[in-house]
Amino acid sequence: MATIDVHSHVATHSHDDHGHEHEHHEGNFWTNYIFCQDHKVIAKQFLITGIFWAVIGGTLSVLFRLQLGFPEASLEWLRPILGGWLTPEGKIDQEFYLALVTMHGTIMVFFVLTAGLSGTFSNFLIPLQIGARDMASGFMNMLSYWFFFLSSVIMFTSLFISTGPAGGGWTVYPPLSALPQAIPGSGLGMTLWLVSMALFIVSTLLGGINYITTVINMRTQGMSFTKMPLTIWAFFFTAIIGLLSFPVLFGAALLLIFDRSFGTSFYLSDIYVAGEALPNQGGSPVLFQHLFWFLGHPEVYIVLLPALGITSEIIATNSRKPIFGYKAMVGSMLFIAILSFVVWAHHMFVTGMNPFLGSIFTLLTLIIAVPSAVKIFNYVTTLWQGNIRFTPAMLFSIGLVSFFLTGGITGIFLGNSAVDIQLHDTYFVVAHFHLVMGSASFFGMIAGVYHWFPKMFGRMMDDRLGYIHFWLTFVGVYLVFFPMHYIGITGFPRRYYSWTNFETFSGFADLNMLVSVAAILTLSAQAIFMFNFFYSMFRGKAAPANPWNSTTLEWTTPRNPGHGNWPGPIPTVYRWPYDYSKPGAKEDFIPQHIPYSETPESNLPEENEQIKLELGSSGAIAGNSHQH
Amino acid sequence: MMPLAIGLGVVLVLVILYMIFRIGRLVDVAKGKKEEEVNETTNNNQAYLLLLFMVTSMVAFFWYSISHYEEYTLPVAASTHGRATDGLFWTTMWITVASFSVIFIVMFWFTFKYRYQKDRKAVFFADNHKLEIIWTVVPAIVLALLIFSGLRVWNDITSPAGANAEVIEVVAQQFAWTARYPGVKDKELGQVNYKMIDASNEFGLNLADGNTHDDFKSLELHLPPDKEILLKIRAKDVLHSVFLPHFRVKMDAVPGLQTHFKFVAEKSTAEMRSITGNPNFNYEMACTEICGKGHFSMRFPVFVHESIEDYEKWKSSQESWLKQNPEYMKYVPANLKEAAMIKSGLYY
Repeated sequence: MATIDVHSHVATHSHDDHGHEHEHHEGNFWTNYIFCQDHKVIAKQFLITGIFWAVIGGTLSVLFRLQLGFPEASLEWLRPILGGWLTPEGKIDQEFYLALVTMHGTIMVFFVLTAGLSGTFSNFLIPLQIGARDMASGFMNMLSYWFFFLSSVIMFTSLFISTGPAGGGWTVYPPLSALPQAIPGSGLGMTLWLVSMALFIVSTLLGGINYITTVINMRTQGMSFTKMPLTIWAFFFTAIIGLLSFPVLFGAALLLIFDRSFGTSFYLSDIYVAGEALPNQGGSPVLFQHLFWFLGHPEVYIVLLPALGITSEIIATNSRKPIFGYKAMVGSMLFIAILSFVVWAHHMFVTGMNPFLGSIFTLLTLIIAVPSAVKIFNYVTTLWQGNIRFTPAMLFSIGLVSFFLTGGITGIFLGNSAVDIQLHDTYFVVAHFHLVMGSASFFGMIAGVYHWFPKMFGRMMDDRLGYIHFWLTFVGVYLVFFPMHYIGITGFPRRYYSWTNFETFSGFADLNMLVSVAAILTLSAQAIFMFNFFYSMFRGKAAPANPWNSTTLEWTTPRNPGHGNWPGPIPTVYRWPYDYSKPGAKEDFIPQHIPYSETPESNLPEENEQIKLELGSSGAIAGNSHQH
Repeated sequence: MMPLAIGLGVVLVLVILYMIFRIGRLVDVAKGKKEEEVNETTNNNQAYLLLLFMVTSMVAFFWYSISHYEEYTLPVAASTHGRATDGLFWTTMWITVASFSVIFIVMFWFTFKYRYQKDRKAVFFADNHKLEIIWTVVPAIVLALLIFSGLRVWNDITSPAGANAEVIEVVAQQFAWTARYPGVKDKELGQVNYKMIDASNEFGLNLADGNTHDDFKSLELHLPPDKEILLKIRAKDVLHSVFLPHFRVKMDAVPGLQTHFKFVAEKSTAEMRSITGNPNFNYEMACTEICGKGHFSMRFPVFVHESIEDYEKWKSSQESWLKQNPEYMKYVPANLKEAAMIKSGLYY
C-alpha cells in the first residue's frame, strides 16, 4: 500500500483538471509523449505501433494473395514499390513469396497480436481496472515499449535489404533458416529476424513482470482476486504464460544463432547443400521444433486470452447481464493456461517424433477443447435474456465468439494425430488458426479499441463508420478463411507459390480468387477504421466519463484521466464487476465502488451481511470473496 | 497517365466519401438528434443483420458442402489406413458440424431475440452449476470417444512394419525427390554416408558395403499393390515432407534423422483411373514442409502396379546404380570387386 500512498501524493500535486491528457506541470513533449512512464501513454504507443504493423502485415498478405488468386496477372504496376522482387514477367519472385508469407506470420503473431494486443490493453486496463495509480514500475514499462520499438525498427529494416527478409516460414525451422545457401532470406534477413525477436522477448518479459507484479500487489482496497474483472484475469494469466514460455524461444533463437554464426551443431546434422557436405553432425532439427513450439503453442493463448478477457467484459456490459459463470470463466482460463504448456507437440505429429509422444499430445490437446467449449457456452448464455446493445465493440465481440467457435471446432480434427496426418500443413490448418487465433484475437483487439477509446482519448468513435467497418470485416474474414477448409480437405499444401504443377491440386482457381478478392476488400475496410480512429481522436464527440454505463473502475476516472488516474483518492471496491440488471436496483448497473449499504433495495441476503463489514472496516472485506 | 488518372479517381472517391460522412454528422447536429441511451432503430437493424448473416451463411455453408462434395474431396483413400483415417475424419465432421450449427444458430438467435428494448430488463443470471457441469461433461465424453478411436488408428499406423514389408527409400533434396530400391539380388538397402554424396553419387552410397551394389535409383515412385510398404525417408539439405494425398500419408524428411511411414497401397493406378473416371489419373507425391524457392514444384510421380508380379518384373528390369556409374567401381574395395561386378549387372 505504501506505493499507492506515494503515488496519490504525487497525483494531488500533478493533477490539474483542464481536460488535457497527461498534462503535468513539469515535463515537456519528450517526457509526456515519447519517453513517458505513464501506463496510458505507453498503452497508446503500443496501440499505434501495433496498428502500423497491422497495416504492413495485412498488405503483405494481400501481395501473396494476388499471386494465389490471380496467378496469371501481371503485377508490373507494383514495380515502383517491389522493384527487383518482381520477375521480369511481372510476377512475384518465388523466394520473395516465401519471405512475404514468413513476414506476414511473424508480424501478425508477434508485433500485432502480442505487442499490439497485450501491450495496449494490459498496460491501459490493469492499473485502471484494479485501481492503481500506475504500473509497479513505470520505468520498466517504458523500457518494455522501447525494446519493442527497437525490435520493430530492426524487423522493419529487414524488409528492405537486398537479400530479402527471413523466408523460412514464421516458425524459422532449421536447417532452412540456418543455411543461406538454401535460401537467401537465411542470410542477413534471418540474422535481423533473430536479433529483432531477441529484443522483442526482452520487451515482452519486461512488460509481463510488470503486469504480474501490478496485479498481485497494487489492487485497490477491496479489490480481492475474486472481484477482478475477467479482463484482468486474462491479462494476468497471459503475462504468466509469456514469462514462462518466451525465455524458451530465446534459448531456441540463441542456439540457432550459434549454429548460424559459430559453427555449432545443435540443429544441424548430415547436411549436403550447394554441392558441399557440411561438417556439422549430431544435431537435431526436431529439437528446434520442440523448443519453438514450447513457446509457439502457449503463444496462441498469449494472443487469445486477452481477446477473450476483453470480450467477456464487453459482452457482459452490452448484454446488461452479469457474465455467466464468472468462476467457470476464470477456471477455464486457468486450465487453458496450464494445459497450453503441455500440448506443443501437436504441431509435430508427423515430424518424425516418437509416435508414442503423438498419443500423449493428442490426449492433452483434445482435453484443452473442454475449457474452450465452456467459454463459448458461457458467452452464449450471457446473451440469453439480455438486453443487448449493439455497439461496434459488442458486434466485434460477437464476431470473436463466432470465429472462436468456427475456428476452434476444427481443432478437434487437427488435434487428433491420426486425422492430422492428412490435414497437417494443408490449407485446413491455415483456415483453422487464422479463424481461431488470428481473426478472433484481431476482433478482440478492435472491440477493445472501440470500447475503451472514450477512456483513451476522451472522445467517442463514430458508430456508423464502426458498423460499416464491422460488417465488411466480419463477412470479409469469413469469405477469406472459410473456403480454405474446402481447399485444405482436398490437400492443398501451405506456402505454395502455385499449385499448377500438380494434377491433384489443379482445381479451386475460383475459390482462390474469391479468397483473394475478399482479402483485398477486408484490408481496404480497415481504412474506414483507421480514419475513424484518427479522426475521432481529434474531432470525435466528447465522451462522457462512463459512456457504456459500465461497472468497472476505469469509468470512475474523469474524462481524460491524468497521471495517477484518479484526481482524488482511489475508489474502494465493494462488489464484483458484473452487477448488471440486478433485481431491485434503480439503474441497470451498479459500479464496483458502490457499497452495499447504499443499495439495500437490490442486495442479496448474503450481501446484506457485508454491510456490517463495510461499516466496520473497509479493509476487512478485501480478503472476503464475493459470494454469488 | 493511366496511374495518375486512377490515383486522382481514388482521391476523388475518398473526398466524396469524406463529404458524405461530414454531411451526415452535420445533419445529426442540425436535427438536434436527442442523445438517447440507445438508438433502437439502429440497434434493431444490427440485430436483423446478424440474423440475416446467420441464415445466409448457414445456407451457403450447407449448399456448397453438399453440391461441391466431389470437388473438395479426394477420391476414396487408396490405402488401408487411409480408409480408417477418412472414417475418423468424417465422424469428427458430423459431430463438429452438428454442434457448430446448433451453437451458431442459437447464438445469433439470442442476439436477435434479446436485442435492446427500452422497457425490458435483462435477467440477472450469474451462474447455474447444473448447466455448467452438463456442458463440461458432455463435450469431455464426446472428446474422449474421439480421442480413443483416434489413438487406436494412430497406434496401428505407427506400429512397426512387418519383417516382409517392401522397403523403399525416398530421398528429398532442394527441389526434387529420388527413390532408392534395394536391388533384387540382396533385397537390402546398402549403407549411405552423406559425406560421400557428390554430383553422381547422389545417395551417398558407401560402396564398401556390398549391399549398395545392386541398389537402384528411380525418378518415379513405383509401389506394389496390397503389400505392406515401408517408406524410409531422409533429406539431404533441409526439411521436406513426404505427402501422398491419395494414400493419406505424410511424414517429414529430416536431415540427420531417418523417418519412416508404413502403409498398404490398395488400389493400382489403373484401378484408380477407372474409379475416378479419369484415364489420365496419376498418383502424385508433394512436399509439405517449406524448403525454399522450389517448394511448390517438388512433384514426384507415383505408380502403383497392378500386381506384385508386375512390380517385381519392373524391379528386375531396372539397372543398378553402379551399372549406370561404372567409374565408381574404383571405390569398391578390392575383395568385393568381383562380387560387385556380378551383383551390379556389369558382368553378364
